[in-house]
Amino acid sequence: METVKLKGGSPVYDKVFKIASAIAATYILAIIVLIVFQLSSGSYLIWAHEGISFLTGSDWNAVEGSESYGAAPYITGTFVTAGLAMIIGVPISIGIAMFLSELAPKFLRSALSFVIELLAAVPSVIYGLWGMFVFRDYLRDWIETPLNNAFGNNVWFFSGTPFGLDIFTASVVLAIMIIPTIASISREIMIAVPNSQREAAYMLGATKWEVFKMAVIPYSKSGLVGASILGLGRAVGETMAVTMLIGNATGPQAFPTSLFGPGQTMSSIIANEFAEASQGSLHMAALIGVGLILFIVAIAINIVAQLLVSRVIKAHQGAVLA
Amino acid sequence: MITIEQRAEFRKHFRNNIQSRLVTDRIIKGIVFGCVALAIIPLGSILLEVIRNGAPVLSIDFLTQPPGAVGSDQPGGIGPAIQGTLLLIGMSSLVGVPIGVLGGIFLSEYGNNRFGHAIRFFNDVLAEFPTIVIGLFAFVVIVLTLGYFSIIAGMFALSIIMLPIITRTTEESLKLVPVTYREAGYALGIKRWTVIFRILLTSAKSGLITGIMLSVARIGGETAPLIFTILGSSDFFTGFDQPMDALPLRIWRLSLLPYDTATAQGWGAALILILIVLSLNIGMRYLFLRKRGGGGRFRITTGG
Repeated sequence: METVKLKGGSPVYDKVFKIASAIAATYILAIIVLIVFQLSSGSYLIWAHEGISFLTGSDWNAVEGSESYGAAPYITGTFVTAGLAMIIGVPISIGIAMFLSELAPKFLRSALSFVIELLAAVPSVIYGLWGMFVFRDYLRDWIETPLNNAFGNNVWFFSGTPFGLDIFTASVVLAIMIIPTIASISREIMIAVPNSQREAAYMLGATKWEVFKMAVIPYSKSGLVGASILGLGRAVGETMAVTMLIGNATGPQAFPTSLFGPGQTMSSIIANEFAEASQGSLHMAALIGVGLILFIVAIAINIVAQLLVSRVIKAHQGAVLA
Repeated sequence: MITIEQRAEFRKHFRNNIQSRLVTDRIIKGIVFGCVALAIIPLGSILLEVIRNGAPVLSIDFLTQPPGAVGSDQPGGIGPAIQGTLLLIGMSSLVGVPIGVLGGIFLSEYGNNRFGHAIRFFNDVLAEFPTIVIGLFAFVVIVLTLGYFSIIAGMFALSIIMLPIITRTTEESLKLVPVTYREAGYALGIKRWTVIFRILLTSAKSGLITGIMLSVARIGGETAPLIFTILGSSDFFTGFDQPMDALPLRIWRLSLLPYDTATAQGWGAALILILIVLSLNIGMRYLFLRKRGGGGRFRITTGG
């Protein structure tokens, strides 16, 4: 009978169900712990072989007998591309968030947020394809070559011959990819600023920009920093678009010397060289070791960002409920 | 005491001042408009180029045939890639959805304690995680243990990527169900787990489906973890212990080939992929999220 079935039988089922759901939730924690453990043991060979010089060295030689691996150029490359992407992307994202939360009329607001979220949904490999066959030419002809002609001889980071597959292109495409992440979280954080703050500033005769500067920014500062760091986390881990666009140098040449030279990041070297490394070799251990460094960098960035963002949004949600 | 002259002077000063302040305001507004335009141009350009370059290669053969030999005049198609992507999505959902939904139930119904907060926190951390690391992890755990690249390893990696999204959307949609529904169930003497399954999950159905479909859209576009797990192949499905192809992986491989036909096929595959991913996204948002006014704290990005 239906009613009897609905009652759910003996109370043991309740316990069993609670335990089952707790196990499912714990699975996530277990995965994170397992990732640390597996990547450490998978890269054990390289740490035994290179020691700390794996972090500081720049050789990348897979020839048997004279094998030598150092991840320093790729660590630097990751931070340079991600940093450039932040320099380009963060101001634009904050601008977009300001438009969406302070300036846009209602009908534009939801439509634009929708478009921004679509930008986040485009797969990374398609950004790569577009960057490789479309965007790279525009960037090379309109931005890189003029900059190179004007400053190439005097400023070191504009030197070299612009080719289009370089650190600069990879960083700009990365910036485009992290803008939706930063902009939509920043928007939510700005919406979380109580209206009384804005009204107080308007009452003093402030203009829209002054309201933003005096009332919104100070109130949402830590949240905006958190949103930017989340974007940084995404830029650091981004693989496919960077792999397709950065030019893929290895060894000491991969150290970023010019914006218009090829480079390599931690994620791109793993993606590029994985097919060449045989299982169980030192080369494979080196790639897994790079993965472990990437894991540690990414988890640190993400933890800081989550702490900053969740505090602001939680305060907001608490205020709504109260 | 302020004299009349002084007052006039102040007023004049204030007026001069307001002019320049309004000018600053205008300039800033202009810059902000510029930012919005800058963000929209790439999306427009990507959609345009994918359609312009991808549409000409679409044909029945392209969608159903296996790829031809490299560099030959038989271009073949992306049949195995489409099959692989659909298979991977199906298999990953089989693993990821039940665990994710159960985890979400735990966070919403039993998770209001220290343990729950910790899980929630790490769930959010994992959601923004570099997927290439998850791919490497799956390689070490599954591929190295079993000794071969297989669709099973791909399923394992993609199900981990799905989990945090499903867990979080499940939790949020369960929390939207009014407490009175739960109380009504308890008042009838129904056990807690039956209340959760028969009342809460039914009421939160639309939110759950949204979360699942958005996570499907996300794993559909993942490339990086697949390099280490399913490896890629030119054949249709032959077994769970064999390498397999997938759309994003095929796009990457095609883009690296120095032939125009390969590039054109890459655009064609990109068109199919973007159609799958964006239609899932737009469809789900239109059907469910719009009703509730936005997707809440949790949003979906496609990475990898």
